[in-house]
Amino acid sequence: MDPGDVERALTRMAHEILERNRGTDDLVLVGIHTRGAPLAERMAAAIQGIEGSSVLSGSLDIGLYRDDLDTRPKTELGKTDVPEPIDGATVVLVDDVLYTGRTIRAALDALADLGRPERVQLAVLVDRGHRELPIRPDYIGKNLPTAQDERVTVHVSEIDGHDGVVIQPGGTT
Amino acid sequence: MNHFLTTEGVSREELTALLDDADTFVEVLGRPIPKVPALRGKTVATMFFEPSTRTKLSFEKAAKALSADTMSFSPGNSSLSKGESLKDTVLTIEAMGTDAMVVRHKATGAPWRVAEWVDQPVLNAGDGAHQHPTQALLDALTIRRRFGTLDGLRIGIVGDVRHSRVARSDVFAFSTLGAEVTMIAPRTLLPINGDGWPAAATENFDDVLSELDVVYLLRVQAERGGASVFPSLSEYTNRYGMTRERFSRLKPDTVVLHPGPMNRGVEIAAEVADDERSLILEQVANGVAVRMAVLFRLMGGEHDE
Repeated sequence: MDPGDVERALTRMAHEILERNRGTDDLVLVGIHTRGAPLAERMAAAIQGIEGSSVLSGSLDIGLYRDDLDTRPKTELGKTDVPEPIDGATVVLVDDVLYTGRTIRAALDALADLGRPERVQLAVLVDRGHRELPIRPDYIGKNLPTAQDERVTVHVSEIDGHDGVVIQPGGTT
Repeated sequence: MNHFLTTEGVSREELTALLDDADTFVEVLGRPIPKVPALRGKTVATMFFEPSTRTKLSFEKAAKALSADTMSFSPGNSSLSKGESLKDTVLTIEAMGTDAMVVRHKATGAPWRVAEWVDQPVLNAGDGAHQHPTQALLDALTIRRRFGTLDGLRIGIVGDVRHSRVARSDVFAFSTLGAEVTMIAPRTLLPINGDGWPAAATENFDDVLSELDVVYLLRVQAERGGASVFPSLSEYTNRYGMTRERFSRLKPDTVVLHPGPMNRGVEIAAEVADDERSLILEQVANGVAVRMAVLFRLMGGEHDE
């Protein structure tokens, strides 16, 4: 995906979110740290552009909720800043890549500790398959069939200087 | 990092990473449910061979907020009173299935010995008059959250520096983080080999008072012989106490810290202790967050080796 593809996918998902939820009432977009967070902000801005009314957005770090803390290398904890209260809100979780589903499982647990949303939906820029848990996205930027040993990397301009999605062949780690 | 025993020799990057994580845990502790599952299934043993209330409670709260279980040990009702050695006590508790040990002991270096004996992370919660590294972290966090950085701040540490593990841990942590530290005490209470400490020293509090951004008041420690060096407590207060009069001569944004427990009216006037520029209760609250950061760092992922 090139920068244009990324922007168009985000805009389309913004439309879909509005259509599905019939407007912005009680809508909160929550991006998963790190690359989900700027994507959520951009979709919130897109929704505001389309609808004229503002929508809240925030970020969620799931580092303390992972189920593989014992086996993965340590990473810095990120920022959690979810607009309050989320009780009764419709929360759209936003992430860059949906893969095994374990990140989303952790995000659902993290969200439950912050409050009780009325419903939770999931928007991802890329769905690369290979789910290990019963989790499915509500909004998909692009379906990207991959082999399990391939790596999918999403670049966002806020962090990486440019937008784009690249698939690296297996064996390069 | 496999243990957390001292602030001496810990790099600026490592200290900063711990403080960054601690900022995250301050946010976690403010949530409706102030608890995360990061250390679920792990057990932290708090072993205080010397009495403590706040540090022990703070470590236990930190462990529980990370969903770890805690086991506590205090010498009064233990086999130590039946003559068991420190090593046997520690190995016995390890055999019950602990994942980390928090150790306070009146003997300098005891936590290092424990770290040699056991096969798990050891956290120093105070060894004699030597080190109290999590106290230094919580002090640094409290200062950083107020000023944004320690870089370039002038910090005065006032009182019985020589017999204070808090002072030693603070001096190394603060200077590593870029602060200019001055130890303020009569010569008899300054470190004997003061040139090994990365700090300036003066006997005259009033000389430097108006230049300081942070005044760190140490407790007069009667139990470590601190009180006997002065003719009287009022003599101490006259020369080194944070009286209302001295407080009025500080810069307007200067803050006052104290590790507790306070002797009101001795090292700190009651009105100063209750002033909004005294960050003593913030220090206590931040203590839980920095202990979470250290526990998570040592237990929450792959080990360095």
